[in-house]
Amino acid sequence: MATEHTIEAKPRARSLNHVPTPELRPSMLDALMTAPVVFEISNLDVYYGAFKAVRGVNVQIRANQITAFIGPSGCGKTTVLRCMNRMNDLIPGARIEGKVLYRGVDLYGPDVSPTIVRRRIGMVFQKPNPFPKSIYDNIAFGPRVNGVRDRTKLGEIVEKSLRNAALWDEVKDRLQSSALALSGGQQQRLCIARTIAVEPEVVLMDEPCSALDPIATAHIEELMRELKSKYTIVIVTHNMQQAARVSDFTAFFTAEADASGQRFGQLVEHDATGKIFSNPKDQRTENYITGRFG
Amino acid sequence: MNTPLDVAADLAAKPTWRARKNTLMTGLMLAAFVLIAIPLVAVLWSLISRGASVAFHGFPDFFTSTIPVVSRRAGPGMGPAIVGTLLCTGGATLIAVPLGVLGAIYLNEYGAGSKFARIVRFMAMVMTGVPSIVMGLFVYVMWTMRFGYSAFGGALALACLMLPIVIQATEQMLRVVPSQLREASFALGAGHARTILTVVIPAALPGIVSGALLAVARAAGETAPLLFTVGAATAYNPHLFSEANTALSVQIFGNATSSFDAAQQRAWGAALTLVLLTFVVTMIARLVTGRFALKR
Repeated sequence: MATEHTIEAKPRARSLNHVPTPELRPSMLDALMTAPVVFEISNLDVYYGAFKAVRGVNVQIRANQITAFIGPSGCGKTTVLRCMNRMNDLIPGARIEGKVLYRGVDLYGPDVSPTIVRRRIGMVFQKPNPFPKSIYDNIAFGPRVNGVRDRTKLGEIVEKSLRNAALWDEVKDRLQSSALALSGGQQQRLCIARTIAVEPEVVLMDEPCSALDPIATAHIEELMRELKSKYTIVIVTHNMQQAARVSDFTAFFTAEADASGQRFGQLVEHDATGKIFSNPKDQRTENYITGRFG
Repeated sequence: MNTPLDVAADLAAKPTWRARKNTLMTGLMLAAFVLIAIPLVAVLWSLISRGASVAFHGFPDFFTSTIPVVSRRAGPGMGPAIVGTLLCTGGATLIAVPLGVLGAIYLNEYGAGSKFARIVRFMAMVMTGVPSIVMGLFVYVMWTMRFGYSAFGGALALACLMLPIVIQATEQMLRVVPSQLREASFALGAGHARTILTVVIPAALPGIVSGALLAVARAAGETAPLLFTVGAATAYNPHLFSEANTALSVQIFGNATSSFDAAQQRAWGAALTLVLLTFVVTMIARLVTGRFALKR
């Protein structure tokens, strides 16, 4: 999975590197189910201050598969996604209850460094957010964080990442110009290239195509299918067609109101995408995907 | 219903009240701009018309000669005052900019909502309103009474003046750096310090430099804080920490209030010199930051 040259393991993170291979969980239903489990989220509650935004989420994410989180606005898809590389730590007052196990290790355990977690578990955001630096420096940022100083090596990483993100041919002649001069779709592919330049094991994508036109979206979806062989991908999307097109697994979230009228997010159903879209178990899922609600 | 002719008539501009209001307001804005420009241009004009002949007479005598000890004697120059101004302002910049920028980084990136940060922010705001002569008195009591006149005393007083400006300008600039950039950096596994140094500061740098320059320009023109702290030398004193020094602003004040024509002429020359000096420093700083800017 992760090649070691870009990663200087700090002693704190050793627990992340030395985990036993996850057990296989064969399933009669689907060959997909044999993929090893990377994330095991159990009874996850997320609080923002006193407000319990997400309640009781249980989900497994499998290796080298694309898992899509779908559901209406305010149902906690993004919140759960951001728990998976501890990005929620950056929000004052955010905290979780429950377990987020990554290859068997509790991501919120006392010895876990959020910084190193984020090097293994990358994230692509909804709005393309390139740094106001050159294209080259954008891609080289992550490897530099990981201590790569050698120019030749950096150049190789930059080229490889841009090629993998299907952006190389468009920008190879202007690597030193500003990343902000790129179009929206190119910027988003740049952000994907920047994320895979640190060779993470998992790529989390938070509505990566919501700001893009259909052509740029098709580019990114094609890219995701290619990246799948190397990375485990989790994508939050509002676009059900997109979930149906690219994902292997789909998790459907919904927003409910509790007795006091407080709205919170919860997971309704998680299964192979084919099953969710053809034969969902829960009525709410069926209503949502057939467009009767949401 | 509507024939094409009707549509044309419908879409044509009409002399409505809204159109007249538009013209009126545009006219008012133009008038405001002209009103603003009048004092600016007038100041520059009187400076150049009266100062240029003094400052550039027998160039570069005015900028290099020492100040006449007897102020009624005609002739150059302002050399020691230029050196004194550079020492005081430079010293103040070296004290206030690093302190102010680091403080603002703490306020915005680490302290944010804490009580301590709120108090510091409030104090900085109050400090901008403190008259500069009070800063001069403060440094006079705390420093000059013990260690005597020196350019460093002036630098301390100016630094007190610059500090709140630098803190406020820098914090403002840090606050407008989009949080998405910080998130992107954290998501790549960068720590807090690295995110600030390699993402936040570079993004805010042009604004921080502008704020610092504003503070420098203001400090360079201040007279009151220097009156009790720097002294009134007429010869070159390149030492920052010892002996009385002088500054352009102090010389302008002293010479302009003199009754001798020769002294008043020198005041005009010194005033023009001060403006030119500020201009040159600003241009250099802009050019240097411009080199960091990205090529599109």
